[in-house]
Amino acid sequence: MTAPARRRIDGLGALLSAVSAAAVLLLPFVVFKSNRIVPGDPHGLLEVLAPWGAATCVATLAFAAAVALLARGATLRLAAALLGLLAVALAVAAAANALTPPGDRVVRVAPGGAFWILLVCLLLMATDAITRMRPGPALRVVLLALFFAIAGTALAHGTFDNLSVMREYAVNAARFVREARQHVWLSVGSLGAAVIVALPVGILCHRVPRVRGAILGMLNVIETIPAIALFGILMAPLAALAVALPWAARLGLSGIGAAPAAVALFLYALLPIVANTVVGLKRVSRATVEAARGMGMTPWQVLTRIELVLALPVILTGVRVVLVQNIGMVTIAALIGGGGLGTFVFQGIGQTAIDLVLLGAIPIVALAFSAAVLLDALVEAMDRAKA
Amino acid sequence: MIRIEDLTKQYDATTVVDHVSFTVERNSITAIVGTSGSGKSTLLRMINRLVEPSGGRVLLEGSDTRGEPAHLLRRRIGYVIQGHGLFPHRTVAENIATVPRLLKWDESRIRSRVEELLHVFQLEPATYAQAFPYQLSGGQQQRVGVARALAAEPTVLLMDEPFGALDPIIRAKAQDDLLDIQRRFGTTIVLVTHDMDEAFRLGDRVAVMSQGRLLQYDRPATLLTHPADPFVARMTGIADRAIKLLSLTTAGEAALPGGATQGLTVPASVSLREVLSELLWRGATCATVLGEDGTPCGQLTVATILARGRP
Amino acid sequence: MSAATLLRLAALALLLAFLLFPQSFAPLFAPLTQYGAPPIYDQGNLLELALAQLATVLIAAAASTLVAVGLGILVTRPEGAQFLPLSRTLVNVGQTFPPVAVLAVTVPLVGFGEKPTLIALFAYGLLPIFENTVTGIRSCPPEVLEAASGMGMSARERLLSVELPLALPLILEGIRLSLVINVGTATIGSTVAAKGLGEVIIAGLLSNNTAFILQGGLVTGLMAILLYDALAALERRVYRNVPME
Repeated sequence: MTAPARRRIDGLGALLSAVSAAAVLLLPFVVFKSNRIVPGDPHGLLEVLAPWGAATCVATLAFAAAVALLARGATLRLAAALLGLLAVALAVAAAANALTPPGDRVVRVAPGGAFWILLVCLLLMATDAITRMRPGPALRVVLLALFFAIAGTALAHGTFDNLSVMREYAVNAARFVREARQHVWLSVGSLGAAVIVALPVGILCHRVPRVRGAILGMLNVIETIPAIALFGILMAPLAALAVALPWAARLGLSGIGAAPAAVALFLYALLPIVANTVVGLKRVSRATVEAARGMGMTPWQVLTRIELVLALPVILTGVRVVLVQNIGMVTIAALIGGGGLGTFVFQGIGQTAIDLVLLGAIPIVALAFSAAVLLDALVEAMDRAKA
Repeated sequence: MIRIEDLTKQYDATTVVDHVSFTVERNSITAIVGTSGSGKSTLLRMINRLVEPSGGRVLLEGSDTRGEPAHLLRRRIGYVIQGHGLFPHRTVAENIATVPRLLKWDESRIRSRVEELLHVFQLEPATYAQAFPYQLSGGQQQRVGVARALAAEPTVLLMDEPFGALDPIIRAKAQDDLLDIQRRFGTTIVLVTHDMDEAFRLGDRVAVMSQGRLLQYDRPATLLTHPADPFVARMTGIADRAIKLLSLTTAGEAALPGGATQGLTVPASVSLREVLSELLWRGATCATVLGEDGTPCGQLTVATILARGRP
Repeated sequence: MSAATLLRLAALALLLAFLLFPQSFAPLFAPLTQYGAPPIYDQGNLLELALAQLATVLIAAAASTLVAVGLGILVTRPEGAQFLPLSRTLVNVGQTFPPVAVLAVTVPLVGFGEKPTLIALFAYGLLPIFENTVTGIRSCPPEVLEAASGMGMSARERLLSVELPLALPLILEGIRLSLVINVGTATIGSTVAAKGLGEVIIAGLLSNNTAFILQGGLVTGLMAILLYDALAALERRVYRNVPME
């Protein structure tokens, strides 16, 4: 006697559908502002699109909801979610186009609450579906690349040009590219320098347990100093150093701007990498090391060919933590003139222009997320290769 | 007392317990034996509904065990498992007091019951009541596990390979202790084991299971003399079945009238196997059986004993 | 008293002394200032700011703990197991979002001040607590759970009497990590006008006053270290009652 198969409504699907439906009915889909500073007039989804456009959009969303409620296959759910996302994206672009008088450069059409909630719900549904598919590292990277390819094409093509965020971009285009480059450069550069220093320090801590406590303790203390404080504290000494070493000043060393930020990021990056190097090396079994020595490898060879290779996944996890951390902290560097996408964020806060904030925040989040996905995939791929 | 009727358990296409029926009498010990995969643990766990049956039912003192919520049923049944499962974050006393607390006994009753049980299980309360499980030896932990199961004075005690993790020397003592406990508290015990010797030693009746089916349910001696199935015969052991049979009868049961005070004397409670061994060792031919008061109550000869080693 | 305890008390004493009598430390900070700028932060009460920051962190930690532990319990129940992968992904994402970005994005929704800071700290603090709750509950020895069921504990009693107490050391560890990271992160809140030591630091940045920056930074750092330490001691006490091999 087996239990009869029951058609059960998916709990998550029910929640997401209910929330989305409520959002579409109660919250504005877009907000029309005659210029970037005024609060603006709300417009619902149905009023802002042409009848056939609205019908298509609603139908697609209804389909996605139905799949969310009843379907079990992960691929189907993912497809439905992506379709929903496409519909919502096109709808918001169409709405922006519809509300903007041709040639007008001043009005801003910003996404409203309903858009954001739909976006979050559909993303949740997609994420849930992807998680259920349990994709391997390679597939995850491919999905990420695909997403960026599609988004990039749409942006380049001008689909979203009338949307408020893209308007801000249009105004700040050159600066955006410059700051984005600076952001990546600062994040990755300080990480690279830290790895070069932290790796040997980590190896030292592993080999000589006596210094481990002292070094880790000191690095721990550095971690507890808040970022803006450390940025600020470094300014004066670096300024003095720049005066004392003119050649360094020509290379870029200075008391303001990117230099103190870079040094601070370097210092913050040390602890995770040193700590993870120690843990990773500890995990290498003594038997393996003994066997390698027994085969006649020199200590250097044992270290580089065996120990570091086996410890690499753990060390890379530390690198991942640092990279994501750095991308976030470079945002704050804007406060001391360090540049980066944070300049848009803080400018936007200062001018109460949410679109400017988004111009900075969205790329930052995309960068952090991509870094996390890429490095996690790399770590997992290495783990699998070992096993 | 415990009536198992047509109990069945199926997982998808596999039948793990196949229409098993038997009755366990009050105030007795039933041992369920079988190889791994025979379904004996699943059968046991259907009695206290840790596993819900696919078919059949269990009647406890006449009433269906499904008549109340499972967790309430289990508070009336003691349950001991191989890993004992003592709560590492509670003291010995708190562990033992768990079910009485669930039943909302009042504090003084709980305290005196805990002390009583600690004494019965030879764990000095002053030393052990406030100790934590990690501070006890394996044997002591096992005893606390049984004490905990008996704390709320259940009429039924279920045990799943309770002595499996103990080393052989302690195991024998633990088995003896269990017999004492059963006599003292009058609990009905159902015990699962893969060790036939243990089943024979402890069980008033033994149930032999194989591949989900109950092959035979009888007194140990009957299993030896009248096995229902070649598998049962194999399980109980053909090689030394006569000796096994002798170990199941006591001197007192087999003694013939007569006997002198001279020569070898044996207590009535000792098994025929031990008497035979002693007679062989000394090269004697007869022994006098002494009753509990020390006075002779019968005699045994080698011939009498040998006669008992046959069905 | 061990050397460690003495060090702790000394640190605490130093911190309290500075917060209560800041002006007496003026000579220490004077060399760091230029052009006669005030050596000690004078645009607000340091003690109040420190307490305000601490309060923000504690409130966010309380909210994170409630949600993370609740979620952790939910996904370790048989009915909730389907939500585990998604919850894990979400909590991970919460940590990947730089707090500054969360702050910036929530300001238009809830305004300036403490609220966006609380939201950012809340999201950032979920991961350690959630992961540790799930690991803690899952590492409960199976025979202990079997015995608990067999004895007649209902699912709720099992959760409250066995699973949670045994998971407690790990949960506390997660809360500790989350709290300590957030003490430092909370300084960013001052960029959106939340009350806290970030104010002191930003004032220093704006007026090029290294003394202010140091004061803000060191007080925050000391608070973080002392909190880390105090919670570690608490964890050790709890561990005593849950002796695991």
